[in-house]
Amino acid sequence: MMIAVASGKGGTGKTTVAVNLAYVIGQNVRLLDCDVEEPNAHIFIKGSPKTERIITVPVPEIDKSRCDGCGKCADLCAFNAIACIGNTPLVFPEMCHGCGGCTRVCPQKAIHEIEKRIGVIEVSQAAHITLIQGQLDVGVALAPPLIRAVKEQATKDGLIILDAPPGTSCPVVATLRDADFALLVTEPTPFGLHDLKLAVDVVRQMKIPFGVVINRATIGDDRVRVYCRTESIPVLAEIPDDRRIAEAISNGSLIVEALPEYRAIFQELSRKVMNNEAVA
Amino acid sequence: MKIAFTTSGATLSAPMDSRFGRAAKFLIYDTSKKNFTVIDNKGVAAVQGAGIKAAETIVKAGAKVLVTGDCGPKAFHALKQAGVKIYSSKATTVADSLERYLAGELTEIATA
Repeated sequence: MMIAVASGKGGTGKTTVAVNLAYVIGQNVRLLDCDVEEPNAHIFIKGSPKTERIITVPVPEIDKSRCDGCGKCADLCAFNAIACIGNTPLVFPEMCHGCGGCTRVCPQKAIHEIEKRIGVIEVSQAAHITLIQGQLDVGVALAPPLIRAVKEQATKDGLIILDAPPGTSCPVVATLRDADFALLVTEPTPFGLHDLKLAVDVVRQMKIPFGVVINRATIGDDRVRVYCRTESIPVLAEIPDDRRIAEAISNGSLIVEALPEYRAIFQELSRKVMNNEAVA
Repeated sequence: MKIAFTTSGATLSAPMDSRFGRAAKFLIYDTSKKNFTVIDNKGVAAVQGAGIKAAETIVKAGAKVLVTGDCGPKAFHALKQAGVKIYSSKATTVADSLERYLAGELTEIATA
């Protein structure tokens, strides 16, 4: 089973929910930090490092002696990673998503692929949690291929928790793809509600069953709850706004360890998710 | 010689568009014939690399000079490859930009 923890708005507590859920879930679980632009699950899950793997994407290299400047490669590339200026092809490797299409359409067979490094995947183990974390290299803008590589590290069987990046763009879609369930973390503020609606649109379009977690639930107003009620979206957990939680997180501690009185919230959430209970 | 201007309109009195890759249109002015053509920027909605696409478009149209607001490093690299000179203009209309270019009042963008 693959559970994705996502949100529209950043900073709502995706990682907080993901790491605490992984801790209380009480069975072997692989936690995949898919927020490859700034992974942070390792701050809370302090495991012993096992492996590090370099991840690459294939990018085109053009043999100028064979190229006749027909421009078919540039026409094909949806990401404009190849331009044909006059009759000279120009490659922008940092724009390439590695689809391989240019090598196929080249009538002269002048294009071959070389591997370009985009980041690393680190695997570590802490008790029952295997943390698999992608980290994009500085200056690289290709999150989705690295996210896919992170997900390939986890075989389909067993229990998997995905910590998604914020937003609703390509990296989020790459994370959510093939998830069996999505937990959308939000906060009860107008901003939180606005971005929750965007996230709901995404998971509905992807036909992923989902429920909502309201973090810092004692601030703001009631509009998120009213929205969830109107849309028949189950609110699976509410985490109160508590300064001690903020302090625990600032110290890199799990809420369920530092503040045992909150353990029940995550245990109950885990039970609901595992039982596929009341999902929209 | 042909000069490309970035614009939101289709005439010489149309406003300049300060963007290159995301400009609505390119007005290609022919200094010897003293006439112009207007081409749509097909890359305006590109997911990425709009500047690269725009460079390809104006080079294909035969422009040797580009007058725009500013352009990014990738477009700059592509235009330099084709030997296109890039000038920055803060004038409001294409006609004003053309006049300033012809008077030698525009500064060439020499680095990305």
